[in-house]
Amino acid sequence: MLQQSPKKFDVVVIGSGAGGGTTVRALTEKGVECALLEAGPMLDPFTEFKEHQWPHEVDHRGAEPGGKAYFGKGKPFGYFSTTSGGWQLEGEPYTVGEGSRFQWFRSRILGGRTNHYGRMSFRFADYDFSPYDKDGLGANWPISYQDIAPYYDKAEAFIGVTGSREGIRSAPDGVFQPPPPPKAHELLIKQACDRLGIPCIPNRRAVITTPLNGRAPCHYCGQCGRGCQTVSAYSSSQVEIFPALETGKLTIFDNAMAREILTDQDGKVTGVSYIDKKTRTEKEIHCRVLVLAASACESARILLNSKSTRFPRGVANGSGVVGRFLMDTVGFSLNGYVPTLEGLPRYNTDGFGGAHLYMPWWLFEDKKLDFPRGYHIELGGGYQMPGVGFGAGTVSRHGGFGPALKENIRKEYGCFVNFAGRGEMIPNNLCYCEIDPEVVDQWGIPVLRFHFKWSDYEWKQARHMERTFAEIIQTMGGTVLGGPQRGDDGISVGGEIIHEVGTVRMGSDPRTSALNAFNQAHEVPNLFVVDGGCFVSNPDKNPTLTINALAWRAADYLAEEMRKGNV
Amino acid sequence: MSEHRSIANPGSGLSRRDLLRRFAAAVAVAGHCTFSPEAARHVHRLAHQEREATGSYVPKFFNPHEYQMLERLAELIIPADQRSGSAKDAGAPEFIDLLCSQNQELADLYTGGLLWLDRQVERHTGQPFLEASRQQQEEMLGLLDAEARRLEEIRSAERFAVFEENTNYGGFRDYRSVPSGELGPGARFFVWLRRMTVDAFYTSPMGIADVGYRGNEFLSEYVVPEEAIEFVRKNSPIE
Repeated sequence: MLQQSPKKFDVVVIGSGAGGGTTVRALTEKGVECALLEAGPMLDPFTEFKEHQWPHEVDHRGAEPGGKAYFGKGKPFGYFSTTSGGWQLEGEPYTVGEGSRFQWFRSRILGGRTNHYGRMSFRFADYDFSPYDKDGLGANWPISYQDIAPYYDKAEAFIGVTGSREGIRSAPDGVFQPPPPPKAHELLIKQACDRLGIPCIPNRRAVITTPLNGRAPCHYCGQCGRGCQTVSAYSSSQVEIFPALETGKLTIFDNAMAREILTDQDGKVTGVSYIDKKTRTEKEIHCRVLVLAASACESARILLNSKSTRFPRGVANGSGVVGRFLMDTVGFSLNGYVPTLEGLPRYNTDGFGGAHLYMPWWLFEDKKLDFPRGYHIELGGGYQMPGVGFGAGTVSRHGGFGPALKENIRKEYGCFVNFAGRGEMIPNNLCYCEIDPEVVDQWGIPVLRFHFKWSDYEWKQARHMERTFAEIIQTMGGTVLGGPQRGDDGISVGGEIIHEVGTVRMGSDPRTSALNAFNQAHEVPNLFVVDGGCFVSNPDKNPTLTINALAWRAADYLAEEMRKGNV
Repeated sequence: MSEHRSIANPGSGLSRRDLLRRFAAAVAVAGHCTFSPEAARHVHRLAHQEREATGSYVPKFFNPHEYQMLERLAELIIPADQRSGSAKDAGAPEFIDLLCSQNQELADLYTGGLLWLDRQVERHTGQPFLEASRQQQEEMLGLLDAEARRLEEIRSAERFAVFEENTNYGGFRDYRSVPSGELGPGARFFVWLRRMTVDAFYTSPMGIADVGYRGNEFLSEYVVPEEAIEFVRKNSPIE
């Protein structure tokens, strides 16, 4: 006999990342009673976040017990990061189809990946919502920039995003916190970009530089990836969910792994069945409305696993699009060594984590490119905190030992720069996820099998990135590190940039999309999907801010529909 | 709320965790005002004191001869100079010993490497490693360094053809076998030894001071010093 929660909630939300956090915060503010299911444990920032620790404060210095990090088995992004998950989770596998390369990053903790993410917060441009009109590839969104703009405003004002007003079409201005000033090496990069005609502007990151809603401004330790105990960097857990808990309208079920959506004979959602990991028992929770925010692929998995005679292909999947149109961001990075920076007076370059400048896409009107969509450039450099792997650049350049090695490391510290391109992928038929008919996880839930292949559009874009980054490095007087022959290294592995989206896309036609323009399932009015699954395209803007804005917009719509009695 | 109020009384016996909790609470309450960097620094000073009080290290894995070799090697790879001490002073042998005590694969790499080194030095000089002259020891490391560079060049040419497993964090790939001559086993060992010695030195307070890292701070405002901006302006090859 299944254990059933005695209470029927107004809304049950599955997943506590950017989409789920925004949803419960926006709904509880309006007095809607919510339950939140998270597949990982609750978050305690004081035990989870290793902010400000020096490597020498742990005996393994960050190499992890037995030097796991040296063998590629350490925590992704390093010991001090607060990832709480990784490319593989014990007991919760996924598979990859033959001939494909794909990797899937999952965080199992309250707040999900927002506890450690890069906080890059870029609005989509107006043209990003109608890509098909521009070049005949992919599909248009059912909404326009004007539809989402008020929610970008609200999200930026609430989350806190730095930036400056620039009037660049590819990077619409927003409601900004003051950005921190450029660092010295970034001024040199900007000079090179000015020379090359590439805009290089203050970075837009979800970090506050002035007090906001009781959150302290950034203290410039540069360690956002470790989690932020002062809540100066945005995370869904601290900025959305903890305040939502204070309303008394939110109940959190942690270590709750959703298995299947429950529906009645009318095809309406009645609840969800989940595994309580703490007791390894299956339970049910009932609701008036269900909101999926489990991440693009996990939400697709739940829908595909929820089969019945009424929904033989899975709930909300009459169109067959669930799992299709899987996209990641095109990634390519290049390092350079810049002798111009040798002898620069030492100073604290930590800043607000990440670079203080970035380069938005600048060739959106260029008709001569051999690839259709754009990319932006993120940059790195400066005097980083010495950690495991420190000096590897110098060792690889000169080898050596003794006084010469010591002197070279001193001389070259802070002279390395890095450029990372983040580009738009065109959805294609070879990129999708489906249920693997032969594999289940430790809870008996069928797992996803991924298929992924970049097309020439992405490869050519990555080569353009490579040429551009080399030009910037050379203009700075630097040399490019690593050879030009790049084989598999010439583009990121699918999923590696952790921007996977598109698997439950929205659209105006129920035959070619799963959701309507308000993230509501075409076939099931009391079911919403508010994570990156809803994306129709994956512009070169990191997806989180748009997930925040769309989830907020969906929550407002949902609350109104509930008030009217439509759902 | 005052700008530099104390959130903890030094010596009150509070644990670091308690202090951090109070610190964060103070920050959360402060919200609209400047919080105290002094208080935060105090928390971190306590953590340092805890560590310094631990006393001298007793090797967990290596025998005394092996450990002495590691100490000598640490001094050769990162020697003391006018600015800072050696990797031995910074705890590299401890670091390597600790990790080897937890990982048999790594331990084998070191015990095998140290035996190889001892034997090779003896073959060339008639003395085991520790009794050879500093110049002889350096000569041997020089050979290994050159061989490591040669192997690295072969590897990076080969790397692009190799399908890495389903992760981009494969880390160190040099335990794959590569064409090598007489010095091959020693070169592989040397690369590991140098990597871990460098890591141990530069993650130590001594190494941090040596390169002049100034961060991991609590700042109420981020400012780039004028002299750094001026330096870039003066030295830029552009305009």
